[in-house]
Amino acid sequence: MIEHLVQAVQILLLILGCLFFAVGTLGLFRFQDTLTRIHALTKVDNLGLGFIVLALLPLAPSLPAGLKTLLIWAVALAASATAAHLIARAVHIRPESASVEEHPDD
Amino acid sequence: MTLMLSAVAAFLLMTLLVALVRIWRGPAPADRMLASQLFGTTGVALLLVLAYAGPVPALMDVALTLAVLSVLAIVAFVTRVVRIDQPEAPEREGEQRGAE
Repeated sequence: MIEHLVQAVQILLLILGCLFFAVGTLGLFRFQDTLTRIHALTKVDNLGLGFIVLALLPLAPSLPAGLKTLLIWAVALAASATAAHLIARAVHIRPESASVEEHPDD
Repeated sequence: MTLMLSAVAAFLLMTLLVALVRIWRGPAPADRMLASQLFGTTGVALLLVLAYAGPVPALMDVALTLAVLSVLAIVAFVTRVVRIDQPEAPEREGEQRGAE
């Protein structure tokens, strides 16, 4: 009984994670501007990764393996945040290196 | 469950294919680097799913390495190509850097 419940939650989390990855890639594909693309990638994709990590945790063969999976998630979060800030700073300092949309109120 | 994990892995590969289109079309260098960042995040998820689907525990080490290396690629881009470490605009992509 409880195993079926865990499996159902796992499948739900996997589908949610896939959905968030699809939305993030769609945002990268459809948005007009580098800054909005950063917004789509670094928020939505990391949420999808979090859902997939949560879905995988009950499958972990041992406690260290599960902790390692969580560690990989933390490292991916830190890497993504760092990369987003660096690219945003590059866009801010050198607007010619990015596709910047014209804002009428500036 | 293995079938489900394999389906998830195939789906993640498909999203990576869509990201390849963004690398192809650009238009700016920063957009292409953003697609490479998507490869980092999605690649980590893909490798984790494959590590549990196998199970191939060694793929978790690959995922960890990919997460670390993807940020190094971005750092190389912003310091070597865009050159955010220099106050004035570079001559052209760091080709003439003799007079420091």
